[in-house]
Amino acid sequence: MNWRGVLVYAENYSGRIHRASFELLGKARELLPRISGELFAVTVTSENKAEEYSRELIAYGADKVVEYVVEENHLTNPLIHRNALIDAIKYIKPKLVLVPATPWGRSIAPRVAASIGTGITADCLDVYVDDEGNIVQVRPAFTGNIIAHIKTLTNPVITTVRPGVFQVPSPDYGRKGEALIRSIEASGADKLRVLRVARVKTVKLSEADVIVSIGKGVRSREDIKLFEELAREIGAQLACSKPLVDMGWMERDRQVGFSGNIVKPRLYIALGISGAPQHIAGMRDSKYVVSVNIDPSAPIAKYSDLFVVGDIYDVAKKILQALRNLK
Amino acid sequence: MNILVLIKPTPDITKVRFDVEKGVVDRGSASLEINPFDLYAIEVAKRIKRVFGGFITSLSMAPPHAEPALRDAIARGVDRAILLSDRRFAGADTWATSYTLASAIRKLGSFNIILCGEKSVDGDTAHVGPEVAEFLGIPHVSFVTRIIDVSVDKVIVESDFGEAYYEVELKLPALIALSRPVIFRDEFIEPSMPKVSDVLRAKKAKIDVWSADQLADVADVSKFGLNGSPTRVVRAYYALEKGRETRVVKGEEGVNMILSVLRETGVIS
Ligand SMILES: Cc1cc2nc3c(=O)[nH]c(=O)nc-3n(C[C@H](O)[C@H](O)[C@H](O)COP(=O)(O)OP(=O)(O)OC[C@H]3O[C@@H](n4cnc5c(N)ncnc54)[C@H](O)[C@@H]3O)c2cc1C
Ligand SMILES: Nc1ncnc2c1ncn2[C@@H]1O[C@H](COP(=O)(O)O)[C@@H](O)[C@H]1O
Repeated sequence: MNWRGVLVYAENYSGRIHRASFELLGKARELLPRISGELFAVTVTSENKAEEYSRELIAYGADKVVEYVVEENHLTNPLIHRNALIDAIKYIKPKLVLVPATPWGRSIAPRVAASIGTGITADCLDVYVDDEGNIVQVRPAFTGNIIAHIKTLTNPVITTVRPGVFQVPSPDYGRKGEALIRSIEASGADKLRVLRVARVKTVKLSEADVIVSIGKGVRSREDIKLFEELAREIGAQLACSKPLVDMGWMERDRQVGFSGNIVKPRLYIALGISGAPQHIAGMRDSKYVVSVNIDPSAPIAKYSDLFVVGDIYDVAKKILQALRNLK
Repeated sequence: MNILVLIKPTPDITKVRFDVEKGVVDRGSASLEINPFDLYAIEVAKRIKRVFGGFITSLSMAPPHAEPALRDAIARGVDRAILLSDRRFAGADTWATSYTLASAIRKLGSFNIILCGEKSVDGDTAHVGPEVAEFLGIPHVSFVTRIIDVSVDKVIVESDFGEAYYEVELKLPALIALSRPVIFRDEFIEPSMPKVSDVLRAKKAKIDVWSADQLADVADVSKFGLNGSPTRVVRAYYALEKGRETRVVKGEEGVNMILSVLRETGVIS
């Protein structure tokens, strides 16, 4: 059997296509000359959005869009998306399947791999084709301590890719493409029902440009206000290390690290954070890192471009004062 | 309720040593303990058992020296611990691991609910739970932050889908992968150290060790371990200490430097 081309799963259960899907289309375009075949996007959609999504996916690089038009109440059902992706793989027989490594993608893609009987590699930071024409996937393991290059011996190669590692290509709405409509059975999907959105996230650190992140150097819940003010003044998102979430001082969505959010801002300011490996795993790819710590031997120094030995209260107040003087 | 918990014995990531040159992990440098996320799975299992009664079985695939981690699981409230340990299981990727775990689950009989951690600190994949569910043909939800309600035939949970938290109802049997922090009904769950008396009791408990042959009647043994793994690591290297050129400054100069960084990066004008 001949496995050709690349299939990108377009995540859109929330009502809009996740930007990571566009990043993957961009990457797939770049890989395609070495893989051969066409670039497919697969999407599960309601009737009224189908056309809009296809147009968008073609603009971002898809040659063909496989559309599964489903009832409204099935849009957020991961088992429906699983069924669709399995059907699309069997129909298209792509060499490579790319899925955003969002919580949603990391829940659906492994089911698909298990069902099809092919290998899957998680949360990749890169995908390339080696000299022999094999697809190689690059991923962190051991809480980010080790980087591994992984080959898949079976077809297709399924890869979940960390959002934000590839650029979103610029869309070209003049591109020509084709939409293929297929239907899927809802069989088995009734074992799971999504009842409602419990809570929409108010903060998405993974998209933040500037982050002020606080750690256990903050002495009380009350004191967080000072750093909140600093973040607000410089237009940054406020984030934190894990202990502050564990103590109930900060919400879960603001945690940076292995068990929190992976962030990649232009500027990451770590205040009173020691730099445990689990924290580093979440922020090491930040462009510029400033940290303030009273302890000159804090491990975070190694991961900082600017390391200020000092008291975070003192430094925060002085910066705020300086900003006020500027106004 | 018949409850199964998947427990991966993993090294303490802050203690384990890495061979920076070769990019390999010195497996002997840190003893194995329960993967931190799996502790939440044990706690949730205990809460469910408290409500419905029942039995908690834990299942692990690991080398023989994982036994102390399984005694810890028993001390924490697991009724029976099973360790799949055999050279033929070694080198398994997530596909082969999940296939092996699912085969053992099938051999054990039927469970109402299967609990596992969101991800492991060494594998980092979060893929094993969903793959096990697929092999068993049952529904699952990953990244669960709250168990809203459990009844004999269904469970309602809150899960982080990425864009938002969703409330999801699953028919049992089902698999649930737990994040942290996690809430059971209205109670915040934080794993605590087991009591000394439980630790002593667990010392004497029996751990069932199963070899590959013991799964031969429910599985294709050629699909275990490296042999059965569709993926191969072709290269690995140590990653964390990719140093930046750190500028170290103190006191007043630090404040000025931060202000100029803010200016240079265009954060302030
Ligand atoms: C499975 C697992 C997953 C984890 N995931 C994460 C994760 O996702 N994110 C995460 O952050 N952690 C995570 N951790 C926890 C991690 O190991 C550390 O415990 C945590 O990162 C420490 O947070 P911290 O740096 O704020 O606190 P500490 O390590 O206590 O450091 C506080 C720092 O503040 C400095 N300080 C104190 N007072 C002042 C002051 N007035 N001015 C300046 N500096 C001051 C101290 O010198 C110290 O360096 C995880 C752990 C495990 C086991
Ligand atoms: N070898 C294993 N034995 C038992 N459970 C495992 C094993 N590997 C993974 N798991 C379970 O699957 C979860 C996700 O692991 P992973 O896919 O490795 O990130 C873990 O938290 C465990 O509950």
